[in-house]
Amino acid sequence: MTELLGFPIQVILGQLLLGLVNGCFYAMLSLGLAVIFGLLGVVNFAHGAFYMLGAYGTWALLNYLGIGYWGALALSPLGVGILGIVLERTMLKRLTQVDPLYGLLLTFGLSLIAEGFIREAFGASGQTYPVPELLQGAVNVGFMILPIYRVWVIVASLMVCLITWFVLERTRLGSTLRAATENPKLVQAFGINVPRMVSLTYAAGVALAAFAGVLSAPIIQVSPLMGSSLVIVVFAVVVIGGMGSIMGAILSGLMLGVIEGFTKVLYPEASNIVVFLIMAIVLCWRPNGLFGKG
Amino acid sequence: MEHTRQRQLLYLALLVMGLIAPWLGVYTVYLMTLYCFAIFACAFNLLLGFGGMLSFGHAAFFGLSSYVTGWLMTSQGYSTLTSILGGVAAASLLGLVFGFIAIRRSGIYFAMITMALAQLVYFVCLQASFTGGENGLQGVPRGSILGLDLSQDTAMYYVVLFSLCAVFLWIQRVIESPFGQVLKAIRENEVRAESLGYFVNTHKLIVFVMSAGLAGFAGSLKCLVLSFATLSDVLQSTSGEVILMTMLGGAGTLLGPVVGSAVVVTLQNTLADKVGSWVNVIIGSIFVLCVLAFRKGIVGEIMALLKRQ
Repeated sequence: MTELLGFPIQVILGQLLLGLVNGCFYAMLSLGLAVIFGLLGVVNFAHGAFYMLGAYGTWALLNYLGIGYWGALALSPLGVGILGIVLERTMLKRLTQVDPLYGLLLTFGLSLIAEGFIREAFGASGQTYPVPELLQGAVNVGFMILPIYRVWVIVASLMVCLITWFVLERTRLGSTLRAATENPKLVQAFGINVPRMVSLTYAAGVALAAFAGVLSAPIIQVSPLMGSSLVIVVFAVVVIGGMGSIMGAILSGLMLGVIEGFTKVLYPEASNIVVFLIMAIVLCWRPNGLFGKG
Repeated sequence: MEHTRQRQLLYLALLVMGLIAPWLGVYTVYLMTLYCFAIFACAFNLLLGFGGMLSFGHAAFFGLSSYVTGWLMTSQGYSTLTSILGGVAAASLLGLVFGFIAIRRSGIYFAMITMALAQLVYFVCLQASFTGGENGLQGVPRGSILGLDLSQDTAMYYVVLFSLCAVFLWIQRVIESPFGQVLKAIRENEVRAESLGYFVNTHKLIVFVMSAGLAGFAGSLKCLVLSFATLSDVLQSTSGEVILMTMLGGAGTLLGPVVGSAVVVTLQNTLADKVGSWVNVIIGSIFVLCVLAFRKGIVGEIMALLKRQ
């Protein structure tokens, strides 16, 4: 058996794959955070809660309505997106004139409410969700065994990230969005319905989180607190990457997932904290983040 | 002048209430918990209300100090006073390191950074040996201070009450000092304060360390009052609770954090065994209500009302 740094290469590749899967979740969540922050100026603490709701939506669709994975992949983000529009229209909208910190506090309160509701309705313990039939099993690619579902997660989330990047950076809709980020009043003067765009952007951002939740349902325990611990890591990722850049959010998410995977091999005790340590180092070295401007 | 006099009378009335409370049949452990969180919220308010910095990770200081005090009392056999000082010193030191890192950014980034750093402390406490892992430290003795046996609730009660008064007066002294005035200037306009020749970052760091140390003091006392230190002390939700207490009472007012912590602790005490998980929903709803409807908090709104008359 081949070895690297004293560890069997299979172990390293296995952890690397797990790290990449985690990195995909970080990338999708930090991407949504960055998009929402760009247009609304709100750090969406409830992002973790929406991710959790996406996973619970998947679970509930199967257990109450008999709708399987592929249906949930579309319906769960849609439902969460609609919830996002309602919350943006009724609450977040009122905070445009005040300190952005209030947006963070409001969404923090919203995630407490969501977690409390879910815990009351489905209990605090985790639920399991089966891997869809089409994606079960694993393939042997010679140097390692690849579980098909994890490969699917990586492919699906990279696709979604790239599509989002393409829409924002390379299409007319994206340039309007970026213009509205710079100067909403001027964009509105050109006859574009900015408030509607803001609502839809928030919906798209939280739907992205819910999509990540659906993808994660078969590989982790679906529990009320699955989002709140993840969102703190994603915050650290966002601080490391700098919130200004879409590609920066995607790349730093993937990179940190992989680094975390490596740490699990080299020094497992530090795997939970390595992202936070990197954040501290980056802040001392480049306070605006790796991809931040200015 | 009239207002100062009214305020002094109010403080005096509150102090008298605090002094006679144990004889009115109020459960002292509940009051002591309330005072500990009031100290915690006052410390937090020093940073948020007067320094203008929203830390989302103050549980790290509260919890670390709680652990250090508990550890010094149980396995090291130090005296109560030394153990408290040890906890406060540890929290201040941690505050120095975190402050140094976090004040490089401001606003929401500051909030996110402190949150992430506190999560780091949580994981360290989860894995370190001296914290007892998932079980925490149980059966921490209270010991004695200056010959006063603290195992009796009444004695402990007066020590905690005295601590709250001391912290309250100390914070009042700080914000009325020239240092406090500079802090306010920084909060209002950082660039202008800097151009006037003040060392903005030094001021920010000092107030951060001060707030961390006082939060640690609250944690140490809480550990002695309840005789345990657990992971919930360093949990993210504890950081959220102290924000809520301060906001609900009124950030930037002296009495606000005390009022806010009284409301929240009372709410948790009376609701916890009756409604289960709904307590989170209620706390979350108060948060939302606070942000949407009354951002000045209870004391802040009352003061605004008095001013209008």
